[in-house]
Amino acid sequence: MTKPNKKQPPMPHGKRPKPKKGTLKRILKMLFAEYKVMLIIAIICVLFSTLASTSASLFLNQIVARIEEGLKIGWNNGASQSIVSLIAIMCGIYVLGIIASFTQARIMAVVTQGFLNSTRKKMFSKMQNLPIKYFDTHPHGDTMSYYTNDIDTLRQLVSQAVPSLIMSALTITVLVAYMFYLSIWMTLVVFGAVVIMMFVVKHVGGNSSKYFLRQQKAIGETEGFIEEMMSGQKVVQVFNHEEECCKDFDEINNRLFSEASKAHSFANILMPIMGNIGNILYVFIAFIGGVLILTPGVTNVSLSGQALGLAVVIPFINMTRQFTNNITQISQHFNHIIMALAGAERIFELMDEEPEVDEGYVTLVNAREVNGEIVECKERTGMWAWKHPHEDGTTTYTKLMGDVRMENMDFGYTPEKLVLHDVTLYAEPGQKVAFVGATGAGKTTVTNLINRFYDVADGKIRYDGININKIKKDDLRHSLGIVLQETNLFTGTVMENIRYGKLDATDEECIAAAKLANAHDFITRLPEGYDTMLTSNGSNLSQGQRQLLSIARCAVADPPVMILDEATSSIDTRTEVIVSKGMDALMKGRTVFVIAHRLSTIQNSDVIMVLENGRIIERGNHDKLIEEQGKYYQLYTGNFAK
Amino acid sequence: MNVIKTLMKCIREYKLQTILSPLFIALEVLIEVMIPFVTAQLIDCIEAQSEISVIAKYGGVLVLLAVLSLTCGALSGHFCAVASSGFAKNLRHDLFYKVQSYSFSNIDKFSTSSLVTRLTTDVTNVQNSFMMIIRTAIRSPMMLAFSVIMTMRISKKLTLIFLTAVPFLIIGVTFMLKKVLPLFRSIFKKYDALNNSVQENISGIRAVKSFVREDYEKQKFAKASDDVCDNFTKAEKLMALASPLVQMAIYVVMLLICYIGAKLIITSNNTELTVGGLSSVMTYGMQVLMSLMMFTMIFVMITMSMASANRIVEVLNEESSIQNPENPVMQVKDGSVKFDNVSFSYSSKAERKTLENISLEIKSGETVGIIGATGSSKTSLIQLISRLYDVNEGSVSVGGIDVRKYDVKILRDAVSVVLQKNILFSGTVSENLCWGNKDATDEEIRRACVLAQADEFVSAMPDGYNTMIERGGTNVSGGQKQRLCIARALLKKPKILILDDSTSAVDTKTDALIRKAFRDEIPDTTKIIIAQRISSVQDADKIIVLDNGTINGFGTHDELIQTNEIYREVFETQTKAGDFDD
Repeated sequence: MTKPNKKQPPMPHGKRPKPKKGTLKRILKMLFAEYKVMLIIAIICVLFSTLASTSASLFLNQIVARIEEGLKIGWNNGASQSIVSLIAIMCGIYVLGIIASFTQARIMAVVTQGFLNSTRKKMFSKMQNLPIKYFDTHPHGDTMSYYTNDIDTLRQLVSQAVPSLIMSALTITVLVAYMFYLSIWMTLVVFGAVVIMMFVVKHVGGNSSKYFLRQQKAIGETEGFIEEMMSGQKVVQVFNHEEECCKDFDEINNRLFSEASKAHSFANILMPIMGNIGNILYVFIAFIGGVLILTPGVTNVSLSGQALGLAVVIPFINMTRQFTNNITQISQHFNHIIMALAGAERIFELMDEEPEVDEGYVTLVNAREVNGEIVECKERTGMWAWKHPHEDGTTTYTKLMGDVRMENMDFGYTPEKLVLHDVTLYAEPGQKVAFVGATGAGKTTVTNLINRFYDVADGKIRYDGININKIKKDDLRHSLGIVLQETNLFTGTVMENIRYGKLDATDEECIAAAKLANAHDFITRLPEGYDTMLTSNGSNLSQGQRQLLSIARCAVADPPVMILDEATSSIDTRTEVIVSKGMDALMKGRTVFVIAHRLSTIQNSDVIMVLENGRIIERGNHDKLIEEQGKYYQLYTGNFAK
Repeated sequence: MNVIKTLMKCIREYKLQTILSPLFIALEVLIEVMIPFVTAQLIDCIEAQSEISVIAKYGGVLVLLAVLSLTCGALSGHFCAVASSGFAKNLRHDLFYKVQSYSFSNIDKFSTSSLVTRLTTDVTNVQNSFMMIIRTAIRSPMMLAFSVIMTMRISKKLTLIFLTAVPFLIIGVTFMLKKVLPLFRSIFKKYDALNNSVQENISGIRAVKSFVREDYEKQKFAKASDDVCDNFTKAEKLMALASPLVQMAIYVVMLLICYIGAKLIITSNNTELTVGGLSSVMTYGMQVLMSLMMFTMIFVMITMSMASANRIVEVLNEESSIQNPENPVMQVKDGSVKFDNVSFSYSSKAERKTLENISLEIKSGETVGIIGATGSSKTSLIQLISRLYDVNEGSVSVGGIDVRKYDVKILRDAVSVVLQKNILFSGTVSENLCWGNKDATDEEIRRACVLAQADEFVSAMPDGYNTMIERGGTNVSGGQKQRLCIARALLKKPKILILDDSTSAVDTKTDALIRKAFRDEIPDTTKIIIAQRISSVQDADKIIVLDNGTINGFGTHDELIQTNEIYREVFETQTKAGDFDD
């Protein structure tokens, strides 16, 4: 357990990050579980197109043989037929190969995109079910990069690396088989070269992927820095801090450069090395072949039993080239695979996070009163009830009133440090309860507990007499409306943003809510009224206007209990009066929790709780607290010199 | 091609590598072209069953060539990596420095996330294209030319067969440009939308959870994700045509060469063409086709990265709207402020001016409060003082001199603004405070914090002034953040201190303490305070009441209570309980 907002290192530093074993297996398992049939078809297609491309050397073998034969008999005496018929056969094979590779490419397009899509959705679904604590303890940028960088590495793995690996592996198998068929001795020479190539891949390729992983990390750091500075750009300017910023940036930028140039250097060097080992091998094989042909008495050991002749050596030389080309191909994907595994590992980390647990079984239902009894019904009646199934099979209904009681509540974000001590409070239906106190006194924490963003360490919270741990979280939160100081609007029209509170609300309901929140006036003055698009958290609105909108959004949800956490802090007091009149009308008979600094916001509350260091030190209404001349009196008169 | 010209300027100290890399590639190509030629000789030797020493000679030459090619290849690869990474580094450097020189109105033009994308993804795209260009722009045409020449030396007739591949390529390129490219452009936009929805969801997770909108969000995301998936699949399916097309071209050419070559060998009885020659032609043929493919690929890639290049150049070419004057005034005499008939609006197209006909005078050392409804242009007014924006009409003077005549840096050091939307940066508390004055001593930092009423809670933090602040200052509460921001501004020892609603999350008592500290400790500094609370401004020397961009009232608390309707109303809403004792 860590303190909220404490960053967890995304990757162990220093040591070379090595992908865990089993990650690749897990990806392939997921992939095959979803696209078994398609992948099998794709592999068959790969098989065919591989056959088509490898048969090219067979073809060359044959054509050389037939040309030699043709030289003896002449073009018009059957050589033309024998060559044309061979070409016709090849035509057939090639057409098959083309169809196969086309089919394979299309299938892989569907598989890759489908797989990414379902992985993205799984990640997002998972993320929605994570507790608030996760979001409080993980930097948002880190979570974001799951959807950008990490998914992208998977795309390359699935769409490029996997098919070409399968293809190369198949080609190599076919080639090796045929090489054995032609000459075992020469094949062994080729194997010798493979060992050297492996060695090169391990060293050069290994270095390259090491630096690629480091480059990824450096990119992450650079992005983080840029994001922080760009969003704080105005502050940077006000403080004339541009030069220092640039200096810091240069440092990070240079680090990225050094990692990137190393990573790319190694990657770029790999190709010529592998290619030229191939070249040298080619010469070597040609030489050995030539020597073997010229040396009398050397018998060819082969599966075909063919004697060593041109018909063996020339195709063999060509196959050597194909063989090394394929190995080079595989080595090219080395970096992709390493990066994809690192990305996949992070994705799995998210997927393996513990979801928010919900053991609640009490649900919120529409209800109607029939002969003094509460009866569940389907349609919206405006009356709600808690449906409480008991162990003995009976079900009781409790009318939703909005009665909230907290008893001897203790809480800390970490077990070592309690933020709330022994907090007890009662909010009766219809009451307005205010929390005041210096910043950091624990006011917001109390509201985090009511809607179970966090769970109490000790003590109980009862809602209409029911322990909130028994209430299903969704239903509990449905019954609470929360307006936070930090407004979070979503991309979409003003209307859509208000409707977020109640998805099936009509336009009229939304407008009524906007009027209630006194947002109607400014909305109608926007260029397109309720259809004005809001982007990046409503950056085209002032902070106060954003708050009015989030109040409207909450009002349309029409919740029985409402929590206003500094919800009007940026609204001028004259507007606030109008808003609160509307709110009072709306909240008549309902429970409201208010957190505010402004006296005018809270002074008409039924109960005011003064919190200090996580303890309630005073309680009572405004008049009483003023009369007591205690902390509240000090806080709100500024008369601290008492 | 201005875009490319602008980008080229960023190569700078990596010019040598940028030139060396293709140079070595050219050498590598030369050797690579020679290899099959020598190979053909070797094979012919084997075929003719020549002496081993002759075979060994050719073999030796080939090995030598391979080693040379390896060296050139490795060197060019290295230079290319350095050149492209260096180019990207310079691009990021120039972009970042450019943004640092932006004025507020420049910043308003680009959103933060778009700037971040331009500095990261777009730079990477351009870098990759740059690498591609260095590596293949020389290689492919050279390879093509040499291979064609070599084939022509072996057989002119067979060379003509390569032309049959050209129609396939033309079809391929037109198809890519016409169909696939626009699709990819729209995919990038859809991707942005997808990322945006994740971003919003993460930062708004409390809103999502408290409205129990997880399922709704999942649906929304699934829709965006499906959208990307569908379009991408469509594009990739179209792209799937590319590789069979390439294969088709290769196969057709190969079969034709085989047929015509075989005929030529047999009919001419090994004189016009040999078996070895045929196999060389096949090898060259492959190279010709491959370089043609590469060429088309580069063409498509460059077209795709042009969008990124344009976005980068847009940032680089944006001129800062606020420039230092010639012979700037380098000293601010005192903290007096004068607005002379000032009008201002953020955009020239705006119907209504944000500020209109503002005239007022503030003497050095005075405390001035500003009150006004949401949207009454309070923030706009004070931003003109430190020349964060320039006025449209009239003039703003500080210390008796028009702000446009000062060196911007000098002016902003003298006028310290605590912004409404304030931000702390990742780093320790001390580091953050040192933004105000990087040479500040520990005592100075502490004193600023005492004045801003921040010392108490900072000292109570586990590591005191060395406590780490998380990115965006998420581990301090709103009120604490505001007080740290005030302390940071105080460290500048400004002549004018402006607080833009900077104590909204601070309780009244602390707020009063801060103002008292200002009064006692920095009496010579002009203090301008925007606030919602009357109590924050009522003891000011003068109070400005703003209404819809015009001055509605200007005077002391007592005067305004008597004469100004808006002020009286605001006052009453905050004290109507009547027993609010001050």
